[in-house]
Amino acid sequence: MGKKIVVLPCSGIGKAFGEVGRQAVYSLAEELRPEDVTTTCLARLMIDDPEAKALVKDNIVITVDGCALSCAQKSVESTGRQVDSAMRVIDIFKKHKDLKPQGVLELGESGFKLAEILAENLNEEVDCIMKKG
Amino acid sequence: MLVEIKKPKKVGIIPCNGEEICEGTLTRFASRKVLDELRPHETVTICLPLFIAGGQEERGFAKNFPTITVDGCSKRCSQISTEKLSSRPYHSIVVSELLREHNIKPPPSRRTITEKDQAAVDLIAGEIANKVDEILGNNQGG
Repeated sequence: MGKKIVVLPCSGIGKAFGEVGRQAVYSLAEELRPEDVTTTCLARLMIDDPEAKALVKDNIVITVDGCALSCAQKSVESTGRQVDSAMRVIDIFKKHKDLKPQGVLELGESGFKLAEILAENLNEEVDCIMKKG
Repeated sequence: MLVEIKKPKKVGIIPCNGEEICEGTLTRFASRKVLDELRPHETVTICLPLFIAGGQEERGFAKNFPTITVDGCSKRCSQISTEKLSSRPYHSIVVSELLREHNIKPPPSRRTITEKDQAAVDLIAGEIANKVDEILGNNQGG
Protein backbone atom coordinates (compact mmCIF):
# COMPACT_ATOMS: atom_id res chain seq x y z
CA MET A 1 0.00 0.00 0.00
CA GLY A 2 1.28 3.50 -0.91
CA LYS A 3 1.94 6.27 1.50
CA LYS A 4 -0.90 8.34 2.87
CA ILE A 5 -0.82 12.11 2.89
CA VAL A 6 -1.21 13.38 6.43
CA VAL A 7 -2.58 16.91 6.51
CA LEU A 8 -2.36 18.61 9.88
CA PRO A 9 -4.12 21.89 10.64
CA CYS A 10 -2.95 24.04 13.55
CA SER A 11 -5.03 24.15 16.72
CA GLY A 12 -5.57 27.90 16.51
CA ILE A 13 -8.48 29.03 18.66
CA GLY A 14 -7.71 32.71 19.11
CA LYS A 15 -8.37 33.80 15.54
CA ALA A 16 -10.64 32.66 12.71
CA PHE A 17 -7.78 31.53 10.48
CA GLY A 18 -7.24 28.48 12.69
CA GLU A 19 -10.84 27.42 12.07
CA VAL A 20 -10.51 28.14 8.32
CA GLY A 21 -7.53 25.77 8.14
CA ARG A 22 -9.34 23.13 10.16
CA GLN A 23 -12.43 23.27 7.93
CA ALA A 24 -10.30 23.12 4.78
CA VAL A 25 -8.56 19.97 6.04
CA TYR A 26 -11.91 18.33 6.81
CA SER A 27 -13.13 19.14 3.27
CA LEU A 28 -9.98 17.65 1.82
CA ALA A 29 -9.95 14.51 3.98
CA GLU A 30 -13.69 13.79 3.93
CA GLU A 31 -14.85 15.00 0.50
CA LEU A 32 -12.07 15.76 -1.99
CA ARG A 33 -9.43 13.09 -1.23
CA PRO A 34 -10.76 10.59 1.32
CA GLU A 35 -8.70 7.77 -0.23
CA ASP A 36 -5.39 9.63 -0.08
CA VAL A 37 -5.60 12.03 2.84
CA THR A 38 -5.90 11.56 6.57
CA THR A 39 -5.38 13.75 9.62
CA THR A 40 -4.71 13.35 13.31
CA CYS A 41 -4.75 15.50 16.43
CA LEU A 42 -1.74 17.81 16.46
CA ALA A 43 -1.60 17.59 20.25
CA ARG A 44 -0.87 13.86 20.05
CA LEU A 45 2.58 14.77 18.72
CA MET A 46 3.15 16.87 21.81
CA ILE A 47 2.75 13.88 24.11
CA ASP A 48 4.93 11.65 21.91
CA ASP A 49 1.95 9.41 21.09
CA PRO A 50 3.59 6.45 19.27
CA GLU A 51 0.77 5.99 16.74
CA ALA A 52 0.69 9.67 15.76
CA LYS A 53 4.49 9.86 15.58
CA ALA A 54 4.61 6.79 13.32
CA LEU A 55 1.91 8.30 11.09
CA VAL A 56 3.98 11.43 10.41
CA LYS A 57 7.25 9.52 10.22
CA ASP A 58 6.07 6.99 7.64
CA ASN A 59 3.90 9.18 5.43
CA ILE A 60 3.88 12.45 3.51
CA VAL A 61 3.08 15.45 5.71
CA ILE A 62 1.47 18.78 4.85
CA THR A 63 0.82 21.33 7.58
CA VAL A 64 -1.79 24.10 7.46
CA ASP A 65 -1.13 26.99 9.82
CA GLY A 66 -3.43 29.88 10.59
CA CYS A 67 -0.75 32.41 11.43
CA ALA A 68 2.96 33.10 11.07
CA LEU A 69 3.83 31.30 14.31
CA SER A 70 3.46 28.06 12.33
CA CYS A 71 2.54 25.88 15.31
CA ALA A 72 1.57 22.88 13.19
CA GLN A 73 4.80 22.92 11.20
CA LYS A 74 6.93 23.39 14.32
CA SER A 75 5.08 20.64 16.18
CA VAL A 76 5.86 18.17 13.40
CA GLU A 77 9.47 19.34 13.22
CA SER A 78 9.82 18.89 16.98
CA THR A 79 9.50 15.15 16.33
CA GLY A 80 12.57 15.28 14.07
CA ARG A 81 10.52 15.12 10.86
CA GLN A 82 10.65 17.90 8.24
CA VAL A 83 7.29 18.62 6.59
CA ASP A 84 6.89 17.96 2.87
CA SER A 85 4.82 21.09 2.38
CA ALA A 86 3.64 23.91 4.64
CA MET A 87 0.68 26.14 3.80
CA ARG A 88 -0.61 29.18 5.65
CA VAL A 89 -4.18 30.47 5.70
CA ILE A 90 -2.93 34.05 5.89
CA ASP A 91 -1.24 33.65 2.48
CA ILE A 92 -4.52 32.51 0.87
CA PHE A 93 -6.40 35.33 2.59
CA LYS A 94 -3.96 37.91 1.20
CA LYS A 95 -5.14 36.88 -2.29
CA HIS A 96 -8.83 36.94 -1.28
CA LYS A 97 -9.19 39.83 1.13
CA ASP A 98 -12.92 40.09 0.42
CA LEU A 99 -13.41 36.70 2.12
CA LYS A 100 -13.04 37.79 5.72
CA PRO A 101 -14.43 35.23 8.18
CA GLN A 102 -17.27 36.50 10.37
CA GLY A 103 -16.22 35.02 13.69
CA VAL A 104 -13.62 32.79 15.29
CA LEU A 105 -15.68 29.59 15.14
CA GLU A 106 -18.68 30.77 13.13
CA LEU A 107 -16.97 31.48 9.84
CA GLY A 108 -20.04 32.61 7.90
CA GLU A 109 -20.40 32.38 4.14
CA SER A 110 -17.20 34.28 3.34
CA GLY A 111 -15.11 32.28 5.80
CA PHE A 112 -16.37 28.97 4.45
CA LYS A 113 -15.65 30.17 0.91
CA LEU A 114 -12.08 30.94 2.00
CA ALA A 115 -11.86 27.44 3.49
CA GLU A 116 -13.10 25.96 0.17
CA ILE A 117 -10.41 27.83 -1.76
CA LEU A 118 -7.77 26.62 0.68
CA ALA A 119 -9.06 23.05 0.31
CA GLU A 120 -8.75 23.35 -3.48
CA ASN A 121 -5.17 24.63 -3.07
CA LEU A 122 -4.41 21.70 -0.79
CA ASN A 123 -5.94 19.33 -3.33
CA GLU A 124 -3.60 20.70 -6.01
CA GLU A 125 -0.66 20.34 -3.64
CA VAL A 126 -1.62 16.70 -3.03
CA ASP A 127 -1.67 16.16 -6.82
CA CYS A 128 1.81 17.69 -7.15
CA ILE A 129 3.23 15.55 -4.36
CA MET A 130 1.68 12.36 -5.73
CA LYS A 131 3.00 13.06 -9.25
CA LYS A 132 6.50 13.45 -7.83
CA GLY A 133 6.00 9.99 -6.29
CA MET B 1 4.09 38.19 60.48
CA LEU B 2 1.23 38.60 58.01
CA VAL B 3 1.75 37.41 54.48
CA GLU B 4 -0.49 38.78 51.78
CA ILE B 5 -1.75 36.05 49.48
CA LYS B 6 -2.72 37.52 46.14
CA LYS B 7 -5.65 35.90 44.41
CA PRO B 8 -5.22 35.28 40.69
CA LYS B 9 -7.31 37.54 38.47
CA LYS B 10 -7.36 35.44 35.33
CA VAL B 11 -7.56 31.76 34.54
CA GLY B 12 -6.00 30.23 31.41
CA ILE B 13 -8.10 27.73 29.52
CA ILE B 14 -6.17 25.29 27.34
CA PRO B 15 -8.32 23.07 25.11
CA CYS B 16 -6.73 20.17 23.25
CA ASN B 17 -8.63 21.16 20.08
CA GLY B 18 -8.31 17.53 18.93
CA GLU B 19 -8.73 17.72 15.16
CA GLU B 20 -9.34 14.00 14.75
CA ILE B 21 -12.32 13.54 17.05
CA CYS B 22 -15.73 15.09 17.66
CA GLU B 23 -14.92 15.63 21.33
CA GLY B 24 -11.99 17.83 20.23
CA THR B 25 -14.44 20.08 18.42
CA LEU B 26 -16.46 20.29 21.63
CA THR B 27 -13.38 21.48 23.56
CA ARG B 28 -13.10 24.38 21.08
CA PHE B 29 -16.73 25.44 21.22
CA ALA B 30 -17.00 25.11 24.99
CA SER B 31 -13.76 27.04 25.63
CA ARG B 32 -14.85 29.84 23.29
CA LYS B 33 -18.24 29.99 25.03
CA VAL B 34 -16.50 30.56 28.36
CA LEU B 35 -14.15 33.16 26.84
CA ASP B 36 -16.79 35.01 24.85
CA GLU B 37 -19.92 34.69 27.00
CA LEU B 38 -19.64 33.13 30.45
CA ARG B 39 -16.41 34.52 31.94
CA PRO B 40 -14.98 36.99 29.38
CA HIS B 41 -13.19 39.13 31.97
CA GLU B 42 -11.78 36.26 34.00
CA THR B 43 -10.34 33.98 31.33
CA VAL B 44 -7.69 33.86 28.62
CA THR B 45 -6.70 31.07 26.29
CA ILE B 46 -3.64 29.83 24.47
CA CYS B 47 -3.25 27.54 21.47
CA LEU B 48 -1.72 24.40 22.96
CA PRO B 49 1.03 23.95 20.31
CA LEU B 50 2.30 27.43 21.15
CA PHE B 51 4.11 25.76 24.04
CA ILE B 52 6.31 24.25 21.33
CA ALA B 53 6.17 26.97 18.68
CA GLY B 54 6.27 29.97 20.99
CA GLY B 55 8.92 31.38 23.25
CA GLN B 56 9.48 31.70 26.98
CA GLU B 57 6.35 33.82 27.34
CA GLU B 58 4.14 30.98 26.23
CA ARG B 59 6.04 28.38 28.22
CA GLY B 60 5.74 30.53 31.31
CA PHE B 61 2.01 30.88 30.71
CA ALA B 62 0.94 28.38 33.32
CA LYS B 63 3.39 29.83 35.82
CA ASN B 64 1.67 33.23 35.57
CA PHE B 65 -1.91 32.00 35.26
CA PRO B 66 -3.74 29.16 36.98
CA THR B 67 -4.92 26.92 34.17
CA ILE B 68 -7.70 24.51 33.29
CA THR B 69 -6.97 21.96 30.59
CA VAL B 70 -9.86 20.65 28.50
CA ASP B 71 -9.18 17.35 26.76
CA GLY B 72 -11.43 15.54 24.31
CA CYS B 73 -10.32 12.03 25.22
CA SER B 74 -8.46 10.01 27.82
CA LYS B 75 -5.11 10.57 26.10
CA ARG B 76 -5.16 13.93 27.96
CA CYS B 77 -2.81 15.62 25.48
CA SER B 78 -3.50 19.10 26.82
CA GLN B 79 -2.99 18.15 30.46
CA ILE B 80 0.19 16.19 29.79
CA SER B 81 1.67 18.82 27.45
CA THR B 82 0.90 21.65 29.86
CA GLU B 83 2.53 19.72 32.71
CA LYS B 84 5.54 18.86 30.57
CA LEU B 85 6.16 22.22 28.91
CA SER B 86 4.75 24.75 31.37
CA SER B 87 3.28 23.94 34.80
CA ARG B 88 0.74 21.66 36.42
CA PRO B 89 -2.86 22.73 35.65
CA TYR B 90 -5.23 23.55 38.52
CA HIS B 91 -7.99 21.46 36.98
CA SER B 92 -8.22 19.00 34.13
CA ILE B 93 -11.46 18.17 32.35
CA VAL B 94 -11.88 15.18 30.02
CA VAL B 95 -14.88 15.71 27.74
CA SER B 96 -15.49 12.04 26.89
CA GLU B 97 -15.73 11.19 30.60
CA LEU B 98 -17.94 14.18 31.39
CA LEU B 99 -20.37 13.30 28.59
CA ARG B 100 -20.52 9.68 29.76
CA GLU B 101 -21.28 10.77 33.33
CA HIS B 102 -24.22 12.85 32.04
CA ASN B 103 -25.36 10.34 29.45
CA ILE B 104 -24.86 12.81 26.58
CA LYS B 105 -23.69 11.58 23.18
CA PRO B 106 -20.87 13.40 21.37
CA PRO B 107 -21.72 15.12 18.05
CA PRO B 108 -21.85 12.84 15.00
CA SER B 109 -19.49 15.13 13.05
CA ARG B 110 -16.15 16.66 13.99
CA ARG B 111 -16.68 19.50 11.49
CA THR B 112 -19.18 21.50 13.45
CA ILE B 113 -21.89 21.27 16.05
CA THR B 114 -25.63 21.48 15.52
CA GLU B 115 -28.48 22.68 17.72
CA LYS B 116 -28.72 19.13 19.12
CA ASP B 117 -25.12 19.25 20.33
CA GLN B 118 -25.59 22.51 22.20
CA ALA B 119 -26.39 20.62 25.43
CA ALA B 120 -22.91 19.09 25.34
CA VAL B 121 -21.26 22.48 24.76
CA ASP B 122 -23.31 24.03 27.58
CA LEU B 123 -22.40 21.21 29.97
CA ILE B 124 -18.67 21.48 29.31
CA ALA B 125 -18.66 25.29 29.31
CA GLY B 126 -20.58 25.28 32.61
CA GLU B 127 -18.05 22.89 34.12
CA ILE B 128 -15.16 25.12 33.01
CA ALA B 129 -16.90 28.26 34.36
CA ASN B 130 -17.51 26.55 37.72
CA LYS B 131 -13.84 25.65 37.97
CA VAL B 132 -12.89 29.23 37.07
CA ASP B 133 -15.07 30.46 39.93
CA GLU B 134 -13.52 27.95 42.31
CA ILE B 135 -10.03 29.14 41.43
CA LEU B 136 -10.87 32.84 41.65
CA GLY B 137 -13.00 32.40 44.74
CA ASN B 138 -16.02 33.90 43.00
CA ASN B 139 -19.59 32.77 43.31
CA GLN B 140 -21.16 33.99 40.10
CA GLY B 141 -23.39 31.03 39.41
CA GLY B 142 -24.43 29.88 35.95
